[in-house]
Amino acid sequence: MDSTLLAEVSGNVASIGYGLAAIGPGIGIGIIVGKTAESMARQPELRGQLQTTMFIGIAFTEILTLLAIVTGLIFGGVA
Amino acid sequence: MPRSPRPRSSGIRRWRRCRPQALHRPPRRIAETKTGRPVAEATGRRPREIDLNTVDDANLLLAEGGLDFHIPSLSEFFPDAILFAGTPFEFNRVQLVRLIVLAVVLITMSVVAARARLVPGKAQSIVELLIEFVHSSIIENTLGMREGRKFAPMLITMFFLIFAMNLAGVIPGLNLAGTSVIGLPLLLALWTFGTYVFFGVKKHGLVGYLKHETMPPGVPKPIYLLLVPIEFLQVVLIRWASLTIRLLANMVAGHIMLVVFIGLTQAMLFSGSWLIAASPLGGALAIGIYGFEMFVAALQAFIFTMLSAVYIQMATSDEH
Repeated sequence: MDSTLLAEVSGNVASIGYGLAAIGPGIGIGIIVGKTAESMARQPELRGQLQTTMFIGIAFTEILTLLAIVTGLIFGGVA
Repeated sequence: MPRSPRPRSSGIRRWRRCRPQALHRPPRRIAETKTGRPVAEATGRRPREIDLNTVDDANLLLAEGGLDFHIPSLSEFFPDAILFAGTPFEFNRVQLVRLIVLAVVLITMSVVAARARLVPGKAQSIVELLIEFVHSSIIENTLGMREGRKFAPMLITMFFLIFAMNLAGVIPGLNLAGTSVIGLPLLLALWTFGTYVFFGVKKHGLVGYLKHETMPPGVPKPIYLLLVPIEFLQVVLIRWASLTIRLLANMVAGHIMLVVFIGLTQAMLFSGSWLIAASPLGGALAIGIYGFEMFVAALQAFIFTMLSAVYIQMATSDEH
């Protein structure tokens, strides 16, 4: 089949990849922090523990975006 | 990107042919592909073509404004060797920063420890505050009082070392975090890995430990087929690899961000064009990011130590 090119991506594609990779963890961290704030409002006496759990959750979620940074830097030279 | 000319559909060709050339508006900005050819030429700009171009055209923009802006790259983290160039013991600026930080931390802590009083002075109370913070919010929350006592020296050492190394990234004169090259994060992560495997095996035995980590109870039997490989991979690779990458990527990204904003501010300030007016904005952002980096330095030290404690707790906990 004969195809017409309607869109093309050229140049540093890693930056697009980073943008896409930031969406999911962004939403995820939003949910984590929001829920923690909610729980802290309900039970202020558990504040310390909730914060600890929150940071662990953030760390696990954040690694996906950090992997995207690293991937972009490592494979940046590969066209 | 060189591409062979492809036959277009006849409908488009007819449509193009009946269009006068004048309607082909020249591209507003000539961006260049990596090969150096202008994008418009390389892609043969067609009507209706959406050019999703993310090529780095900062160079071109800057050339117009007469800016002298050096775009940072990964080579920032691999400066030229100072001593022993060409040998395995090559010594460059990153190692120098690490040595300085290490010396400062060791000397400060020894002096503070040697002069410890019942009623603490200024330096002692700061150090005590930090140790107390690690102890109460990391160790007691995860490992508990009894188990925590055993691992407290390791975790507190880790916290202080990572915190000091991270802070080197924002100290003027040092300007590069000791943890922004993979060696140190990897070493610390492997320390954690070795510790939790050692104490896990010591407590449960080798088979017991693997069973303890990879087969959480209360799961339907068939799920184990999926769960055991994933959990095994977690234990032997993902945990320490993610610890390394988290610390490293945060420091690398932070340093590049600082370099970009400070460099851009300086370039705009001395550009001699209307961009001077925009430089205070860049400067304000740079100061903001500077503060943020201090926060990140503390946060990453906290998270690294915290996750180490959590992994140790997971490995050494009693049967569920």
